[in-house]
Amino acid sequence: MSEPWEDEEEGAIKKFMFINRKAPYGTIYALESLEVVLISAAFDQDVSLVFSDDGVFQLKKDQDPESIGMKNFSRTYRALEGYDVEKLYVDKESMEERGLTEDDLLVDVEMLSKEELGNLMNEQDVVLSF
Amino acid sequence: MAMLHIVNKSAFGNATLNSCIKTATQGSSILLIEDAVYAAMGNTSMADIVKEAMNKASISVLGPDLAARGMDQSKVIEGISVIGYDGFVDIVAETDNVQSWL
Amino acid sequence: MPIEVNGKTLETDEEGYLADLNDWEPAVAEVMAKLEDCELTDEHWEIINYLREYYEEYQIAPAVRVLTKAVGKKMGKDKGNSKYLYGLFPYGPGKQACKYAGLPKPTGCV
Repeated sequence: MSEPWEDEEEGAIKKFMFINRKAPYGTIYALESLEVVLISAAFDQDVSLVFSDDGVFQLKKDQDPESIGMKNFSRTYRALEGYDVEKLYVDKESMEERGLTEDDLLVDVEMLSKEELGNLMNEQDVVLSF
Repeated sequence: MAMLHIVNKSAFGNATLNSCIKTATQGSSILLIEDAVYAAMGNTSMADIVKEAMNKASISVLGPDLAARGMDQSKVIEGISVIGYDGFVDIVAETDNVQSWL
Repeated sequence: MPIEVNGKTLETDEEGYLADLNDWEPAVAEVMAKLEDCELTDEHWEIINYLREYYEEYQIAPAVRVLTKAVGKKMGKDKGNSKYLYGLFPYGPGKQACKYAGLPKPTGCV
C-alpha cells in the first residue's frame, strides 16, 4: 500500500536552515518558526536549526508560561528528534553573554562559534530567518 | 516628578534598556516586563549596567514573565524586586507618569 | 458544529475538532466515533490514549509518520505501520484519531 508521503519524488530534498534570533513569548516569531520547522520536517527535508542572540532563550529549561496565558511550546522542541530534526546549533557567544550554559537547555545542541555558523549557512539551499 | 519607565524589549542586541537607563533620572522607577526580564538576571553581560542604574532608579521585574521564560527568581540581581500583576498596578498608581519604551 | 456529551454541549470547529482541549473526556471519543459510524475497540483506545500522552508531553499532535514510528517503538512493529493504523482509523490516523483524542489537527496535515 502506497502512502501520500511515499509518492514524493526522491531527490527533492533540500537543505533548510532556520535561524532563530528572538526570545519566546514577547513576539510570535519563535512559535511561528517552530510550526514551519515541523511542516518542513513532515516533508522529509534536511532541516537544521540555529539559535542565536535572544533565540537561545527559546531552549531554556523550566519555562512555565501558563501565568501569562500562553501555551508551553518549549516542550515541542523535545519532539523534534521524533521528526528526525536532529541538527540543532547554538551560538556559543550568545549563550555566554546571557549567562547560559548547555545545562540550562532542554535539548541536546551543538555549540558553535559565529564563524562556524557562517560556514554552515553557506552550505544551505534555503535560509529562513525568524 | 516620579517617573515610571516600562521596558519590554530584550536588552541584548537592542539598545532600548540602555537608552532608558541613560534617560531615567534620580528617584525614578524602571519596570522590566516581557522580553526585558532577562536583563534582571545576575549572571549576564548586562548585569553591571543594571546594577549601576540601581544607584539612581528603583528597578523591578514582573514575576510571571520570569516564570514563563524559565528564569529562576532567586538568581535575579539583588535589590531588584520581583513583583506580580498586583504590584504592577501599585507602581503605576504610585508614579506620576509612565514612559513605555516600545 | 457543537456535540452533545453527557448532557453537556461542547464546541467544535468546522471539521469537528474539539474547540477546548480541556473539554475532553472518554465519552467525547465515543460520541465522535458514533457520528462517523466507528465502533471503538481496545485497539482504538490504545492509540487514542497514546496520542493524549504524546500531546501532554510535547504540546503538539504528531504527524502521521511520527506517530507511526512512535507507536512501533512503544507497541511493536505489528502496530507501528500505516496499514494497522489506517485499518483502525480509515479517515487517517492523524486526522481521525487526533480528533477523537480531543487534540488539534496535526501540524502540516492538510
